[in-house]
Amino acid sequence: MKQHLLPAIRLTIVCIIVFIVIYPAVVWGIAQLTPNKGQAATITVNGKKYYTNIAQRFTADKYFWSRPSAAAYNAASAGGSNKGPTNPGYLKEVQLRIDTFLVHNPGISKNEIPSDVITASGSGLDPDISVPAAMVQVKRIAKTRNLSEATVQQLVQQYIQQPLLGMMGTQRINVLQLNLALDNIK
Amino acid sequence: MNTEITGVIAMFILLLLLAIPLGRYIGKIFTNEKTWADKIFTPLDNLFYKLSGINSSTQMNWKQHLLALLTINIVWFLLSMLVLTNMSWLPLNPDGNPSMSADLAFNTTVSFISNTNLQHYSGETGMSYLGQLVLMLFQFISAGCGMAACAVVFVAMKERTTDQLGNFYFYFVRSCTRILLPLSLVLAIIFLFNGTPMTFEGKDTTTTLQGDTVQVSRGPVAAFVAIKQLGTNGGGFYGPNSTHPLENPNYFTNTVETVAILLIPVAMVFALGYILKRKKLAWVIFGVMLLGFLLLLVPSIITEVKGNPAITTLGIRQPMGSMEGKEVRFGAAASAYWAINTTCTSNGSVNAMHDSMTPATGMFAMLGMMVNAFFGGVGVGFLNFYIFIILAVFISGLMVGRTPEFLGKKIEAKEMKIAMIIALLHPFLILVGTAIASHIYAHNPTAYAAWLNNPGYHGFSEMLYEYTSSSANNGSGFEGLGDNTPFWNISCGIVILIGRYLPIIGPVAIAGMLANKKFVPESAGTLKTDTGTFGLMVFAVIAIVAALSFFPALALGPIAEHFSLK
Repeated sequence: MKQHLLPAIRLTIVCIIVFIVIYPAVVWGIAQLTPNKGQAATITVNGKKYYTNIAQRFTADKYFWSRPSAAAYNAASAGGSNKGPTNPGYLKEVQLRIDTFLVHNPGISKNEIPSDVITASGSGLDPDISVPAAMVQVKRIAKTRNLSEATVQQLVQQYIQQPLLGMMGTQRINVLQLNLALDNIK
Repeated sequence: MNTEITGVIAMFILLLLLAIPLGRYIGKIFTNEKTWADKIFTPLDNLFYKLSGINSSTQMNWKQHLLALLTINIVWFLLSMLVLTNMSWLPLNPDGNPSMSADLAFNTTVSFISNTNLQHYSGETGMSYLGQLVLMLFQFISAGCGMAACAVVFVAMKERTTDQLGNFYFYFVRSCTRILLPLSLVLAIIFLFNGTPMTFEGKDTTTTLQGDTVQVSRGPVAAFVAIKQLGTNGGGFYGPNSTHPLENPNYFTNTVETVAILLIPVAMVFALGYILKRKKLAWVIFGVMLLGFLLLLVPSIITEVKGNPAITTLGIRQPMGSMEGKEVRFGAAASAYWAINTTCTSNGSVNAMHDSMTPATGMFAMLGMMVNAFFGGVGVGFLNFYIFIILAVFISGLMVGRTPEFLGKKIEAKEMKIAMIIALLHPFLILVGTAIASHIYAHNPTAYAAWLNNPGYHGFSEMLYEYTSSSANNGSGFEGLGDNTPFWNISCGIVILIGRYLPIIGPVAIAGMLANKKFVPESAGTLKTDTGTFGLMVFAVIAIVAALSFFPALALGPIAEHFSLK
């Protein structure tokens, strides 16, 4: 053991220099050459900066709502609910979300609600909703904003992000971008 | 065809396209053959040896290999304990996060030096950037250490009689510099272009569109996530790991991260074929691993895409499948695919919360870790598989009435004893750990109410999963478990330690002893190990060991929960 101890210590020091000084420094340096300069992607509107990929809390009827968050949309302490699929307490919570949604969306029946509207995401910061999840909110938005349903629907269509290369993954809509666009309609 | 499913298929094809040539490259690295990258890496490696005072051409026998491996791991243990318990006043702590308690530091240290990355803390609130960087160091070197141990076994399996099995530091340094480092750099750059942060600034404060003030954690994420995925480490920069939109911003990064999980474990199988010049053996091993992998994968995807029956009962449509704990940008299929990838290998990163998956998927994820040899961790996954090969050779030998031989070496009582101990160690650690925890909980459910986030069968699954993940050096969790307590920190820490080092010592010892034996050339009486029949035999041994050991425990947890779903 003794003959290995000194090389082990010295080798560890070399590893420190290469793997946690040089390697991150190189990545940091390259980051400065990328469009975001090593920062998370943001959108700036009217001089205000928003993180594109971080879900925001939307409670007002005039905005599309993000998915429920078990972390209260806190991007400094993210997390999921970790509730099991058969947990009775959890199912009660889901029922409560359904009821709340129905109260705010008159004219919508329960079987029109897709599951992503009433389940919390893994990070609590999911910036996206599914297309049905946006469509089911169109009626409410149109009414609150005095717009025609067709106008809002068209906007939703515009903001659908297609699967990668058209064949990998899901269709999704970034809630923040959609809401910013809504605010832009005169 | 559904784009979620084609996405999964595309990820698998991409994996094979990259892993097969990488396997050849790894083979060349371990046998010291010329590669196109020597011009850059030979000077770098020589610098490592020179500064460390190492002669990389000194030959070691298997005992010296293990001694070198264990010594350097002790150094890492001390370094990590020192940093984690003093983070609060050390530099690079812009968010003012606290130092760790001794028991949490023990758990985290053991977890990271052993390539496990079980996390009883949350990165945003429990780690300084210095702490994160030190953990990143272990993500490189613990992976390199596992690959070095695997290289020793590969070299020992060659057709010759020797006790000279190369140099530990040689395999270790090359694994880190020539495989892990360049791949990590490529991945990190991909992440940078997709919106993953790489900054040393602390939290940012912004106002949302509705007017709330929120904070956003940042950090040197891109560099960290790359090696986290490649080295079957899995410890996330942020608490919720790769579900976090900054750690895994879109489907493209998800594809890259998923492929990275299995890349080196699969490549190691082909590296074996290259080093031994036995391509057919490599394909047989690959076939067995793939069969096991698919048997776990397909039902998981089906149940996740179908959704949670309890939600259907509430009258809700599930066009995207079970979505609790999942992200819309990945969808149910890619989440289930990741779940099986991460548990079959000992990665343990997640892109969806395993605790919230359907009971069937939870069980298949656990089974992946219980077997821990369907590809497995970088290096160590093959070591586990090697144990099953030895068992299968012995059992087949008995069945046909021949002396058991593997690659021209006789397997005798001593090797068999070691193999049996290692094969039984894993169930022993998992089941005893779960039994003790269940006993403590069941005798005072009110005092330990904070342990479990879910009642009934699922609560039992949370405990079973935690020990399975610890013993398999996986690091994922049913994260509802309230695991930052001295009991969980210390008990899981001990399980991780035993579950890491004995399964390295055992196979290296067996391979070392076999290498020293007389080589018996192949004859008509030799049991051929590179055939489909032998592959099925290995698979049967794995299935029997796993089924017999774990079925009762699984019946109490996920299976009972599955049948209670209405």
